[in-house]
Amino acid sequence: MSDLLDLSAVEARAALDAKSISATELTSAYIDAAEQTAALNNYVLLTPDHALDMAARADQRLAKGEAGLLEGIPLGVKDLFCTTGVATTACSRILQGFTPPYESTVTANLWAEGAVMLGKLNCDEFAMGSANETSAFGPAINPWQSAEKIDLVPGGSSGGSASAVAARSALMATGTDTGGSIRQPAAFCGVVGLKPTYGRCSRWGIVAFASSLDQAGPFTRTVADNALMLQAMASHDAKDSTSSDVPLQDVMAAVGQGVKGMKIGVPREYVMDGMDPDVMALWQQGQDWLRQAGAELVEVSLPHTKYALPTYYIIAPAEASSNLARYDGVRYGLRVEAGSLDQMYEATRAAGFGEEVQRRILIGTYVLSAGYYDAYYLKAQRVRRLIKQDFDTVFTTVDALLTPATPSAAFAVGRKIDDPVVNFLNDVFTVPANLAGLPGMSVPAGLNGDGLPLGLQVLGKPYDEASLYRVAGVLEQAAAFTATPTRRAGGAK
Amino acid sequence: MSQLVTGRTGDWEVVIGLEVHAQVSSQAKLFSGASASFGAAPNENVSLVDAAMPGMLPVINRECVYQAIRTGLGLKAQINLTSVFDRKNYFYADLPQGYQISQFKHPIVGEGVLRIVLADGSTRDIGIERLHLEQDAGKSMHDQHPSKSYIDLNRTGVALMEIVSRPDMRSAAEAAAYVRKLRSILRYLGTCDGNMEEGSLRADVNVSVRRPGAEFGTRTETKNLNSLRFIQQAIDYEVARQIELIEDGGTVDQETRLFDTNTGTTRTMRSKEDAHDYRYFPDPDLLPLVVTQKEVDDLAAALPELPDDIRDRLINDYGLSPYDASVITEERDTAEFYEVASAGQDRKLVANWMTVELFGALNKSGQSLSDCNISPAMLGGLVGLISDGTISGRIAKDVFADMFETGKDAASIVDEKGLKQVSDSGAIEALIDTVIAANMDKVEEYRGGKDKLFGFFVGQVMKQSGGQANPGMVNQILKSKLDS
Amino acid sequence: MSVDKTTVAKIARLARLNVPEDRLEPVANELNGILDWIAELNEVATDNVEPLASVTGHALPMRDDVVTDGDCVDRVLANVPEGASGFFVVPKVVE
Repeated sequence: MSDLLDLSAVEARAALDAKSISATELTSAYIDAAEQTAALNNYVLLTPDHALDMAARADQRLAKGEAGLLEGIPLGVKDLFCTTGVATTACSRILQGFTPPYESTVTANLWAEGAVMLGKLNCDEFAMGSANETSAFGPAINPWQSAEKIDLVPGGSSGGSASAVAARSALMATGTDTGGSIRQPAAFCGVVGLKPTYGRCSRWGIVAFASSLDQAGPFTRTVADNALMLQAMASHDAKDSTSSDVPLQDVMAAVGQGVKGMKIGVPREYVMDGMDPDVMALWQQGQDWLRQAGAELVEVSLPHTKYALPTYYIIAPAEASSNLARYDGVRYGLRVEAGSLDQMYEATRAAGFGEEVQRRILIGTYVLSAGYYDAYYLKAQRVRRLIKQDFDTVFTTVDALLTPATPSAAFAVGRKIDDPVVNFLNDVFTVPANLAGLPGMSVPAGLNGDGLPLGLQVLGKPYDEASLYRVAGVLEQAAAFTATPTRRAGGAK
Repeated sequence: MSQLVTGRTGDWEVVIGLEVHAQVSSQAKLFSGASASFGAAPNENVSLVDAAMPGMLPVINRECVYQAIRTGLGLKAQINLTSVFDRKNYFYADLPQGYQISQFKHPIVGEGVLRIVLADGSTRDIGIERLHLEQDAGKSMHDQHPSKSYIDLNRTGVALMEIVSRPDMRSAAEAAAYVRKLRSILRYLGTCDGNMEEGSLRADVNVSVRRPGAEFGTRTETKNLNSLRFIQQAIDYEVARQIELIEDGGTVDQETRLFDTNTGTTRTMRSKEDAHDYRYFPDPDLLPLVVTQKEVDDLAAALPELPDDIRDRLINDYGLSPYDASVITEERDTAEFYEVASAGQDRKLVANWMTVELFGALNKSGQSLSDCNISPAMLGGLVGLISDGTISGRIAKDVFADMFETGKDAASIVDEKGLKQVSDSGAIEALIDTVIAANMDKVEEYRGGKDKLFGFFVGQVMKQSGGQANPGMVNQILKSKLDS
Repeated sequence: MSVDKTTVAKIARLARLNVPEDRLEPVANELNGILDWIAELNEVATDNVEPLASVTGHALPMRDDVVTDGDCVDRVLANVPEGASGFFVVPKVVE
């Protein structure tokens, strides 16, 4: 069984086409794997019957030679994507029982290419968090462990997605990234995670967190798989006004293209005080790999880097406070009866939203409120322009940037932190790309001293995912990251 | 000019500004593809976007944008090629998103002007501050159940144009004239049907009072008035209330009020202790709206002639009175009817026949111009028969009544009923001689100084002729015979 | 900029979020911690910088005026906590 689980999606597609395995077999193996790794709490809803149904239909299409890009590939869907007839909760109590009568564009694209849905994956409530600890369904657990053998966080908000792919309970998974919610968990779980250019994937049907920052993206175990999944997910969607119609390059071809002649920037401001020495070392190692592969490494400057986090923590909560106003108990989800209409609103939202979500709604409401709008929100949007301009300038001289993905490896579940700002710092390397709308990818690059995965982040120009795949392809080959987590399905290898 | 209101302690000037919400005429809604039509079953014209389901996103309807631009052009206003949509955040059961998509800092249309005509025929220019596009809200029904309200989202998301005037009006009459004119322009342009009863056009009235020459006083806002009568009543009530309040030593609170149509009074809206903080910010699901100058120019070139321009033309070129010109150009279809009816005819006479006889008949029968039996050509034909002397004005009224009833044209009726005016002087002389001979005593009295009897003789001659004698000729010949 | 219990209560009201009395102070402290950190932005000179509301670089796409949606009462009401005869039902509002 674990042999099946170790096939990459590209390999599985070949095997399916060659009829050496069937979609039903492959899906069954993943269903078993999901059940076996249930303790990781990655799936908030497993849909085995639905999955086998889809697999059966995939087998029919395979028999007729009508395979789509992802025909027969079993994947998990972050519970932020609305899936027709399948409960979608954003891992929040306020959406308990919500069954959408519609499908998000991204998942519709995946099903149209023949992919199979294993179920809905755990995440931070309304995508707010970087450890998957704010979910109404309880934390998702990282399948990696250090010698201490304690539960570690998988990162967030797409913790369930990253963990499932790492644990081999999904061959691929969808995620969303607003401030790092794909790239950071990918790094924590030793998998590949891409946040595409803003506008590359449609946001229609994805529960909105921060509209100008949210972007759907793929989690996979290999870079080639990632390109394949992006190809299937991305599309121009007329139902999303922010969707771009710039055509996607041939990203699958880019994976093996190498980096000869490319100029890779290393931003000096990403060297942080007291940086984890393992992270620093890996970053250096990454630069060496790229240099050896024929790229030129150049130090660059992104002067406003340190302001990215506070900027993000004004803009994201502000947009979220407005996006979450629709959760009011009137038309769907939880309703707590409590007297008048306003009382119902207040009781429903207080009972339905968790602490982190409430905190962000309050901050967001505050920074938009009369008297504070100019000082906070408008100020943040001005700084945002400066941050974007930094990147625009740098990208006139380099093709891509190499940075660490996270300041550390995965940390313990339930780590007691009184100061919410400490948690925000998890996103220090990832947030700038969201503010500037740039594509960014995290690639597993090595293990730290505790045997936990660390990732390297590649950032690129808008709509230039191909360059990311070129760099990531080289990093992947050089890193030769073959380690697998102890708590993976099919046992540790 | 003076429209001052006299209070207990002196004169007061009334300052009025209006915010009119006009539903855009379009097939689909502003940001969703659901139908914008009126009268559907509950929640039938509601898409998932309108219902604010998770993950839904707005996409703007080009025609709604163009309708707003057309309206701006009709108000001689500045068209802003770039404008921004903002979210206006508040909670209410008929607002599923928890925010309304509107335009705050950068509306699509800027300053313009609207010319109103007052009862005495004078005109005033009222400034337009801005026009912006926004979503309409749904409908709540609070009287179907003792403890529950029922929500219908059909109207949610329908495009509204909010047209804000400057506080240039100084009386309820001016306010009513403003709304009438605005409605007329919107209907001319086809950008809003102006049906106030159905809610396509509603007004919020901002009213304040001040001593002449003083600074603006504190204003109140009375919302959702859907008839000219209510607008005037609300203003009159507010003005009286505010004056009394101030004269009694109190101050006017800046607040929002509701008008009670039953009592004709305004009252404070309940539970507004926390002033609304709408937390406007640019909607991140939308990008700035950009239209090109070419798009605007094309729209301008295709606009129909506007009421003010037609009115000026009717007065200057056709010699119509300002009053008649205003009445005829109130609605586009009457102006078009008039144009066709009066072509090649006595323009003033046609105007007179339209405003008096035709409109009178329509009022009585309850029909509209397009429903009734009279076509423009028919009216023109009737007037032509008067002009060329075939029938008298008096007979024409009977012919008209017949036309209105049966749909037959004037010439046919005149022929069938033999109503041709008698203008043969010989025949008329004969009639006159008959009447004179039969009334010699009165002839004596007339010649003796009782001038008023002339009318009696005219009447008798007309009666004898079955009304068909040419009245002018009768007068002339009768006079010469009697005075001789 | 400092937030106190009263402000928290006001913001909570605006956001229709019931924050219990005993949580007002702790929440105020949390918010202040975040706001103090956010205040770092005041270091940045932004006098002639336009706010950036969108990163896409394209203008707002417009759609044709055609009815393509609606007429799906079942879907719209599918998840309603309380409905009646095609309406959404909420506690009565008095204006």
